[in-house]
Amino acid sequence: MQSFDYGHAADIGEALANGDAPNTVFLAGGTELLNWLRLGVAKPARVIDLARLKGFADITRLPGGGLRIGALARLNDVALNDDVARDYPVLSQAILKSASAQLRNLATIGGNPLQKTRCGYFRAEETLPCNKRKLGSGCSALKGINDKHAIFGWSEACVATQPSDPATALSALDALYVTEHKDGGRRIKAEDLHTLPGDTPHIDNALRDGELIVGIELVGAARHSAYLKLRERESYEFAIVSAAVALDLEGDRILRARIALGSVAHKPWRLNQAESALSGVAANDTAAIRRALDASLVGAKTLAHNAYKVRLAKNAAERAIRLAAARTW
Amino acid sequence: MSIGEPIPRIDGSIKVTGAARYTADLRAPNMLHGVFVTAPLPAGRVIAFDKGHALAEPGVVRVLTHEDMPRPKTTIAGPPFAHSFLPLQGDEIRHEGQPIAMVLGETLEAAEAGARKVDVRYAPTTAKTPVAPLWSELDRAALAPKNTGYFFFEPEFSKGNADQNLALAKKRVEAVYSQPSRHHNPMEPSAVLALWEGDALTLYASTQHVYGVQMGLAALFAIPPERVRVISKHTGGAFGVKGLIWPQEALAALAAKIVSRPVRVVLSRANMYSFLGYQPRIVQKIGLGADEKGALAAVTHDVVNLTSVTDDFIEFATEASKSLYATRSMRLSQRAERAHVAMPTAMRAPVEGPGLWALESGMDELAVDLGVDPLDLRLANYADADPATGAPWSSKKLREAYEEGARLFGWRTRPPAPQRDGDWVIGHGMASCLMGTFRFPSHAHVTLRRDGTAVIEAGTQDIGTGTLTILPQIVADVLGLLSSKVKLTLGDTKLPEAGPTYGSSSTMGVGAAVLAAAQDVRGKLARLANLLPEEAAMVDGRISRTGATEGLPIADVMDQAGESEIVGTGAFDPAQHGAGYSMRTFGAVFVEVGVDRALGLLRLRRVVGSYSVGRIVNPRTARAQLIGGIVWGWGMAAMEQSPFDSALGRFLSKNLAGVAIPVNADIPSDIAIHCVEEIDEKAGPIGGKGIGELGATGVAAAVANAVFHAVGKRIRDLPITPEKLVA
Amino acid sequence: MEFRSHLTVALRVNGRRYEVPVDTRTTLLDLLREHLELTGTKKGCNFGECGACTVHLNGRRVNGCMILAASAEGAEVTTIEGLAEDGKLHPVQQAFIDHDAFQCGFCTPGQVMSAVALIREGHARSAAEIREWMSGNLCRCSSYPQILSAVEAAASQATAG
Repeated sequence: MQSFDYGHAADIGEALANGDAPNTVFLAGGTELLNWLRLGVAKPARVIDLARLKGFADITRLPGGGLRIGALARLNDVALNDDVARDYPVLSQAILKSASAQLRNLATIGGNPLQKTRCGYFRAEETLPCNKRKLGSGCSALKGINDKHAIFGWSEACVATQPSDPATALSALDALYVTEHKDGGRRIKAEDLHTLPGDTPHIDNALRDGELIVGIELVGAARHSAYLKLRERESYEFAIVSAAVALDLEGDRILRARIALGSVAHKPWRLNQAESALSGVAANDTAAIRRALDASLVGAKTLAHNAYKVRLAKNAAERAIRLAAARTW
Repeated sequence: MSIGEPIPRIDGSIKVTGAARYTADLRAPNMLHGVFVTAPLPAGRVIAFDKGHALAEPGVVRVLTHEDMPRPKTTIAGPPFAHSFLPLQGDEIRHEGQPIAMVLGETLEAAEAGARKVDVRYAPTTAKTPVAPLWSELDRAALAPKNTGYFFFEPEFSKGNADQNLALAKKRVEAVYSQPSRHHNPMEPSAVLALWEGDALTLYASTQHVYGVQMGLAALFAIPPERVRVISKHTGGAFGVKGLIWPQEALAALAAKIVSRPVRVVLSRANMYSFLGYQPRIVQKIGLGADEKGALAAVTHDVVNLTSVTDDFIEFATEASKSLYATRSMRLSQRAERAHVAMPTAMRAPVEGPGLWALESGMDELAVDLGVDPLDLRLANYADADPATGAPWSSKKLREAYEEGARLFGWRTRPPAPQRDGDWVIGHGMASCLMGTFRFPSHAHVTLRRDGTAVIEAGTQDIGTGTLTILPQIVADVLGLLSSKVKLTLGDTKLPEAGPTYGSSSTMGVGAAVLAAAQDVRGKLARLANLLPEEAAMVDGRISRTGATEGLPIADVMDQAGESEIVGTGAFDPAQHGAGYSMRTFGAVFVEVGVDRALGLLRLRRVVGSYSVGRIVNPRTARAQLIGGIVWGWGMAAMEQSPFDSALGRFLSKNLAGVAIPVNADIPSDIAIHCVEEIDEKAGPIGGKGIGELGATGVAAAVANAVFHAVGKRIRDLPITPEKLVA
Repeated sequence: MEFRSHLTVALRVNGRRYEVPVDTRTTLLDLLREHLELTGTKKGCNFGECGACTVHLNGRRVNGCMILAASAEGAEVTTIEGLAEDGKLHPVQQAFIDHDAFQCGFCTPGQVMSAVALIREGHARSAAEIREWMSGNLCRCSSYPQILSAVEAAASQATAG
């Protein structure tokens, strides 16, 4: 690691006042930042430790229904929270399938969605041709090893995916990321947090320098929801493809489906066309469900080695719909 | 009676408390930390170094390059070196990740930061890159291998006219099977601590062979071996990758000499992908020709594996076909594909490990074609003598192993059609297991003390196989002591020379030396007690004539003779045992898998491993070894690969996130292990052979065979990932 | 807000208080191993990808390589060296011996620390749950079934006792 200066923010004011200085980063759980430092992906001059901030790790019910999750809440605490597990099982499951128990005791719900891609070229111990690491150096995955890379939203500048399981679940739940900044915070819709590469692949998300996610808001409840994560080994591995589904059911009929695919693009990919087509469909009408999913997947753009991800994504979404519908009370 | 008892590991306490020290845990006063700079390209030359920024990093003491390193007086060639190329001796780059500079720092942080600040200019040259893994491509690119010291078997063998018999066979299978390069990834990254006192070197290293390192470095530095002491009390997993000498050992020693301070190098996980070997990409073409009943008339087996430009490492997969089934004719060939890649090396399990992936898949395809039970096809081709040489087996109870394994698994009563379990389709598959028997000369001393304790001294290694328990059991057995009263001191070239801890050779090799040393002690004690050595027995701390009820306490005998301790010596010379016999270990593995076709998932449900290996000294540690091997086989089948980018000439993911090895959740509890009651008297005095690698053979084929049974898809390219299974 | 390039971290390790001058880049893992010479905790990958460095921080199991020593200011840390009491092995340590749950021993301290925490967390309700919640500790010797048995035994002893 390159040297850096380190300080503890005593309160949110101090964090924000210092946060947008040049070459300054925030440290929450550290489970990404320390690896960025070791890889040279981040070379900050100053690190602001948020550990002493109080009041940002609570999980509270909102007056109108819904939940507010403090950004510094540890992943395990969020997943195992009774309200989260009961009302948003897709989020609880997504978290519990992330990383390992030890990492989930450190990582925070506000930090996890900001994790960077797992593209092997980006994560190499040397700086390889990678526009995300060094704009203009090229995209090695475009014509290289891309079996795990994007099938939506990529550009010739970058074909990486965003791997966060919780972010995928939060997308299906239409969550809001609540931020603070010394010039004023905002509420960012889940679908707007991550950015697609376009010709600015070095940018991962919509946050400004010095902008801090302080909480995540969920409205309503999504009791018929489920998260499915596909990988070669059973645990402690990033997804090849994942699917987060939240259903509003009336009897066995789908009133509304919300489906987000993970690890298929540089953001959780909502299947808007499929969602429209699923309105009114019976939850066990496999044929109709598959036709609906086709409506979204027909837009997939594959690379040389990842065509299988389209079939996998479709089947994962279909299975997740079945699992979500089957949740019994 | 200690031998055969499942006594708990004697090294239990030190390992569960963290008291066992591995090389990276050791320090020396005034020590420097060494971190390497590695070449980011596969071929070319280093033109210039700019050390300025690195040296400006606080705490960085020195940056060493080939311009600083002394040239050794001898050229290295062959084992104990892993390859005959020592980096930092010239400006040539032969593979990506080759070390090209070494930063020495007062702290780890300084050395690591400094290593990233060394500016290097390179002149790339066109690299030879691996061709596409198609038989047609490899057939063109492959070369007859050259022996630079890494030929452990013959690259070509034939008996009869296999090609002709294959063409004429009533039933024929010809198929190509492949597996990608994959890395050992022991949990302990290799480490070395080098200290000089004058011209005497002490090297602490994570190794499988302290004597190999001693001999190699002594030759390299042209100093007498007695001036090189190598110590390795515990190695944190090896699996073949720490068996030979890799560059960091010599380079750390050279660096320590240059700066006149101890130097400790702990390789990073990324370094583990380029400094050391791996099991290379292997593509195999199998031809099986049989009659309508399945009796083999011809076996052809052609293998091409990837190797470096420096040496031809040959993965002798053909040994499987050479030794497993009776056949009238066989033709076997091994060739090398050379490229600017790191040098491969043996990996648990080598040789038959890859060989059985191809052979046992081929046999299953033949069984399917014939409509016979896969187990019956194996039995129909059982070899009562070595198929290649006709030599008798030293011992072989594979029939019993097949039978008991089948019984434990329920093989004969399995439902013919694949069953369902929710979204899972269940498949069953089996394969034979096979491993050669490597034996190395060993020596040991045993000292018996009047207080009824004993100490074993042997320069063997602890890599987790159970040596620290098994050798004391052997002594306890001979001297009538509790195992807990016997201590093993190992891992130091100051101790009697023992063989390497690889090739599944330790129990039978070092064990035999220890047995002889213990018998020597008993003989000496017997004479003190006026007994003939051959008629003495020791039980419960007493010595007597065999069969007698009363014995004399050890202390009494020794006190009477005025001795406080008795030292015995023993040796194992493989040449004295089993000449004229073919020695192998055998087995059968039966697996049940679940396949979720929609999601492309493959999961292991249960396994039975049934083995013919000779005497088992400790069933507890043996079970762990065999289960460990099976899990290695599962990893090979279902997930392991180290993707290689040809444009950049490097392994892409040099970490444990982009490369998958099995986790706890992958492995079911339902793994039954059975070892047939057997004593192999020819192979060595212990009566047993090795088990460390056998469990890892056959598994990949059994899994692919089970997948075929479940979903009717024949996968011939490992690993069997969702990409290959998704409907 | 004060920013420092070097600092002294005050923390308790295995019940003993230490004040350790460190580089800001020093991880908790390297503080333990290099500064306090508590080498029982192992470095397997230094990227949070293997679990060999598992310790307890303020009662929770975490990867020591993923924490800056500076962040551990004021913390209560327990390492493998702090488990046994008065020379008597912790029940989980004893269970690992009884069920042969290790071979080379390198991953073992991390496995034991994970298992102790797992039982305390209440995640030993089934074999499947134990396997899943222990999957953050890689074992290349592949003692997984034996590790499961050890944790099951220790967990039922904990409920009984």
